[in-house]
Amino acid sequence: MTKHQSGGTTYTASELLCVMAARLLKDGQTVFAGIGVPLLAATLAQHQFAPHLTILFEGGTIGPRIVPGELPPSTNEQRCTRYANMVLPITDVLLLLQRGYVDIGFMGGAQIDRFGNLNSSFIGDADNPKTRLPGTGGGNDISSLTNMIVAMKHEKRRFVPDVDFITSPGWIRGRRSRAEAGLPEGGLWRVVTDLALMGFDEETREMKVLALQHGVTREQVQDNTGFKLLFDRKVETVEPPRKEELATLRRLDPDRRFTA
Amino acid sequence: MSTQSLVTPYRKLREDTLARDRGLREKVMSLEEAAKLVSDGDHVALGGCHLSRTPYAMIWALIRARKQNLTVSRSIASSESDLLLASGVSRHVVTSWFSQGLIWGVSKVMRHYTENKLAVFEEWSHMSMGLRYRAGAMGIPFMPSRTMLGSGVGERLGDGLKTMTCPFTGEELALLPALNPDVALIHVQRCDAYGNAQLDGLQFMDLDIAMAAKRVILTTERIISNEQIRRTPDQTRIPFFTVDAVVEVQIGCAPHECYGVYEPFFSHLDEYAHMTTEDAVKGAQDYLARYYYEPKSWADYLSKLGMDAVLDACRRGRSVHND
Repeated sequence: MTKHQSGGTTYTASELLCVMAARLLKDGQTVFAGIGVPLLAATLAQHQFAPHLTILFEGGTIGPRIVPGELPPSTNEQRCTRYANMVLPITDVLLLLQRGYVDIGFMGGAQIDRFGNLNSSFIGDADNPKTRLPGTGGGNDISSLTNMIVAMKHEKRRFVPDVDFITSPGWIRGRRSRAEAGLPEGGLWRVVTDLALMGFDEETREMKVLALQHGVTREQVQDNTGFKLLFDRKVETVEPPRKEELATLRRLDPDRRFTA
Repeated sequence: MSTQSLVTPYRKLREDTLARDRGLREKVMSLEEAAKLVSDGDHVALGGCHLSRTPYAMIWALIRARKQNLTVSRSIASSESDLLLASGVSRHVVTSWFSQGLIWGVSKVMRHYTENKLAVFEEWSHMSMGLRYRAGAMGIPFMPSRTMLGSGVGERLGDGLKTMTCPFTGEELALLPALNPDVALIHVQRCDAYGNAQLDGLQFMDLDIAMAAKRVILTTERIISNEQIRRTPDQTRIPFFTVDAVVEVQIGCAPHECYGVYEPFFSHLDEYAHMTTEDAVKGAQDYLARYYYEPKSWADYLSKLGMDAVLDACRRGRSVHND
């Protein structure tokens, strides 16, 4: 477990991701959330400043209320339906993305490239893979249809120039290639890591550092990335997790199943 | 992938449906009898999703009946599909995601069979799986959609995925071929002897799968009377004339969950993951011997899971009814 420290407070990398990602959300938004950090971050935002934020789960849930200590292990089980407004068939909840009701799609990532494409299908050549990974699930649908936030650990082996396989499209080959492929809406909006907050250049669609986590240098971010990063003209340092943010997180996940 | 074989010709679909006995008749039978409705080489769609409402008892019966060469499809595949591969019943799984679950990491069994090219894991996006079943349910040959474009997932499907320019707007769209499974296996909380099924909780893709399939085998926690169904017809989700067999199997999704009745048997799923970690093939074979081939009955299988585990899963499952 990576320990981070600021002032008298210590926190894990996963907790840092949750806090930073939560701060990117806005009250009133509809957020399609994956399990683990995305769900925790969206719930943290609800508790801190966004009481009117609605969470959607791929299993078919609209607006559940998460019971502290009973976090669902996947987005498809009965725990996902507690105090929900509605349950729908899977296909119909995914179609809400296509219809345009979703503001933010929010997922974790295994491998990402400089254009924000994500791979969760194959490590190595798809015809002779070193590792067959579980695949897209709804990842391809979410990334094709809405603005995405990805939260992941910042490691060189995960941040590669080109992903081995595009499971969930980001900006594909940059510039207008996403729209030209038939994906006129959405795109990868923000990447949150334990080192930095990143977006994408408006023109070229290459990954660009917007802010650094507390105590992290530009060199550290670049050293842990497998391609050359762009840096925004004004790179700020984000405020470390506040005590009340960490307290809420620990109340939600007391067994540290997703924040260890 | 040949495009022809992907979509059932409309004439055939209609003829097969007309040929079925669609009268309001009783169709209660045993797991073993229902297994005879599945032929070698069939495309079998599994209801539920991931760890939820998995038709495990029927899968258990198909593995014991040593079926062969089944193509299996599911919205999200979990350990049940591992076991369909390891038992030799299937060499082809069509799904959007395939592993026991995030908390157990990537399935070693799925990896062994796919990485060594002993089986095919045909990957579609989750919405695409759903729209393929829905097109099948609607009696149309394809459904247009706006995902899988520009991705490796779409590209890898070759002729399985087509694109077209929309004749109304000029936009580029993906076309998903309809999926009409030969057989659907669906587990529900309750149904009557005719197959009118009521579902609690998440419905997943089950309604579309039932409508799309050429035969449906329902397993159910409880068989209730047709009179009881008729008191709350708004709760009925699957109509009797799509159903060919009804099997009453209590705790029929174990070790997975059935909404409002039991949650997943987490310790048992840990045991399975542990058994298949070191040597996926031997672990899966040992698991199949112990839990699939040795038990005399489904009740005997549940005894092997253990009374403590059954009670714990039921306590957690029923807790959704607590305030």
